[in-house]
Amino acid sequence: MALITGFAIQGLQMLLVLALAPGLVGLVRRIKARLMRRPGPPIRQPYRDLLRLMRKEVVLAENASWLFRATPYLVFAASWVAAALVPTFATGLQFSWTADLIAIVALLGSARFFLALAGMDVGTSFGGIGSSREMMFASMAEPAMLLTVFALSLVAGSTQLSTVVQVLHGPPGVGLRVSLGMALVSLVIVAIAENGRIPVDNPATHLELTMVHEAMVLEYSGRHLAMIELAAALKLLLYVSLIACLFVPWGIAREGDPPVALALGIGTYLLKLALGGAALAVFEASIAKMRVFRVPDYLGVALMLGLLGTLLLFVSRAL
Amino acid sequence: MADILECIDLSSADVRSAPIPERAVGLMEWVAAAEALGRDTVELMGLWASRRGVHMALRRPGTGRLGLLTYPTDSSFPSVGRHHAAAQRPERAIRDIYGFVAEGAPDLRPWLDHGRLGVHHPPGTATPVMEMPAYDFLPAEGESLHQVPVGPIHAGIIEPGHFRFTAQGETVVRLEERLGYAHKGIGSLLRGAPIARGTMLAGRTSGDSTVAYAWAFSQAVEAAHGMTVPDRALWLRGLMAELERLANHLGDIGAICNDAAFAMMHAHCGVLRERVLRAADAVFGHRLMQDMIRPGGVARDLRADGAALVSDLLGDIRARFGALVRLYDNSPSLLDRTVGTGRLSPDLAARFAAGGFVGRASGRAFDARRGLPYGPYDRLAFDVPCRSDGDVNARIWIRIEEVRQSLALVEQILDSLPAGPVFADLPEGGSGAMGLGLVEGFRGDILAWIEIGPEGTIAEGYLRDPSWFQWPLLEAAIEGNIIADFPLCNKSFNCSYSGHDL
Repeated sequence: MALITGFAIQGLQMLLVLALAPGLVGLVRRIKARLMRRPGPPIRQPYRDLLRLMRKEVVLAENASWLFRATPYLVFAASWVAAALVPTFATGLQFSWTADLIAIVALLGSARFFLALAGMDVGTSFGGIGSSREMMFASMAEPAMLLTVFALSLVAGSTQLSTVVQVLHGPPGVGLRVSLGMALVSLVIVAIAENGRIPVDNPATHLELTMVHEAMVLEYSGRHLAMIELAAALKLLLYVSLIACLFVPWGIAREGDPPVALALGIGTYLLKLALGGAALAVFEASIAKMRVFRVPDYLGVALMLGLLGTLLLFVSRAL
Repeated sequence: MADILECIDLSSADVRSAPIPERAVGLMEWVAAAEALGRDTVELMGLWASRRGVHMALRRPGTGRLGLLTYPTDSSFPSVGRHHAAAQRPERAIRDIYGFVAEGAPDLRPWLDHGRLGVHHPPGTATPVMEMPAYDFLPAEGESLHQVPVGPIHAGIIEPGHFRFTAQGETVVRLEERLGYAHKGIGSLLRGAPIARGTMLAGRTSGDSTVAYAWAFSQAVEAAHGMTVPDRALWLRGLMAELERLANHLGDIGAICNDAAFAMMHAHCGVLRERVLRAADAVFGHRLMQDMIRPGGVARDLRADGAALVSDLLGDIRARFGALVRLYDNSPSLLDRTVGTGRLSPDLAARFAAGGFVGRASGRAFDARRGLPYGPYDRLAFDVPCRSDGDVNARIWIRIEEVRQSLALVEQILDSLPAGPVFADLPEGGSGAMGLGLVEGFRGDILAWIEIGPEGTIAEGYLRDPSWFQWPLLEAAIEGNIIADFPLCNKSFNCSYSGHDL
């Protein structure tokens, strides 16, 4: 029985992230539009877009290889699994033994790898530009992410996300730590870069020459594009959930908690997502996109903070 | 040498009040003029052809005098482009449309003709050709260079144009433009058309400058007839032109910031632009004020409460614009993108006689309203802002200053709008007379030239967009910048495709 409940809760989590991801994108767009004094599209618009794309015909370039066709599904699968591994409303889920922070970084890394390959597959110049820019950013973002993971794991004594959350959340909890503050800033910077948000990339741009993520996927259409859009939405949700569960873990249900705690967990989770989305929208509205070559400096800050956080923990476990 | 400079002796008042005399020149004088252009002692205002030959409008920067030279020919003319780079594209266009070959020209590739016009001398009897011959882009050689072709169809909804980048990594080594996708054959359509239809066509050459184009065309017609326009009509034209300038500059300021993904400026400038357009709609009955200016005056007078409506608009813009300028100036992330990007050297701007904000941001303080004054601007007080840093930031600031000047101008026009009729009939006849019109549109000086035909028709006409001398400079301004900054540079130039492609 416990096993069945465990699987059910795990299944609920997987469906929850899938169902919520486009909504989060819609929310961010809506708030941004409101900040620009436009009514903006309804929050459900991304769901409609996905449905529309699913129904549309796929247009393939003549020289597209199997890689180009397989990549959307690979990217979607990797992003979905990664998003489902992050504790959203409860820790200690059935698959939490696999929910290693390094595994999540690796899943996202492989999704990016395939997307970059697919970007170059058709041989258009935009795909190449997008892939090269994406890899340039990734070469800074991934180490920064890993160093942040190390800082967190040193505090919690584990790289397993579920355990990390339980240790940070307490009781007894770890209190305020300098290294955790640095990890938070570093993770936020990485999250913005990884999701191609302003100031690194502009998801709403119409200028093909400035695109990063959009340039890579410029050749995709129909259900392939739907998969990629959904994967991008899942990735955004993943990062918001990750930051939420690590740094604002209140409300997350624990293993064996009664259903009421689970419901409370879902409620607080939705609230955290909405707040995260709103914060992102406000941040994006108040800043211009930076020059492509300034992004490594920006990600360098994340790398440095991650490194400092890790080093501080070697100096003293109490920092 | 001196004699060719003496040919450039028409003052602004001469050009605007009377038909422009045709000065047919021979080979020696034509070449002398081309060489003078090459030495930067005169500026090229336009180079175009008609059935009788090739025409060249020149201006002496020192004295502000104008001259119109005609080289009579039916087959070829000595190249001006070999001495003066700015003349190369006009020469290529002349060859595409009229079949007159520029002898000794360094660049013989077609320009507006993509191999589909099938037109040669005499022009106007076109049968479209459907195959498209290859176009030789200029080569760029070196280690690890790659080409990025962009357009003519873009991801955004903009006009068509092809850009061929040769880049080393992200750095642009060479940009070559390929235009002509918006060629409509305005020249052929003007030929033999009644003046009313010609005015309509002129107003549709570049939609965002419809007022300025219609005004330039009307000026040319009025000059050819030697007529004077009622005072009130002139002031109303000024009002329309300033409203058009306001709308376009406000739109541009926001759009440039939007290209740096700073959507806040775009949204708020968009609101202001919309207010200007709505005010124009309320006052003149058309958002863009299309077909409001016609030879002889304006199509309709200000609505009874028009002055009050425009005054409200001024107050509204004044109240909000300052905050937007402060937002721009206090956003380091935005300034980081615009300062130092796409720098155009004053030397090049002067050599190409670039008009508008492109020239004025790079030290060329020419404004047709001041340099070649015409009514009502000869009786209004305003400044011509000028900077010499020549980057995207400078072009934004020139626009900001011009918005302020336009606000002041509109106020002055409203304060001292004379009473009287707004239209006077064109006199009959005038067949064979030529007229020149020069109006400062929001992009820069628009030149219109027409020759009156029999029975109130247009024998020939030509409209020169300021973009002719701005497009080539964009190629120079982007060099050494990164590909991702091109949209920003391009938007800060905001050249017209339609006006250039004619």
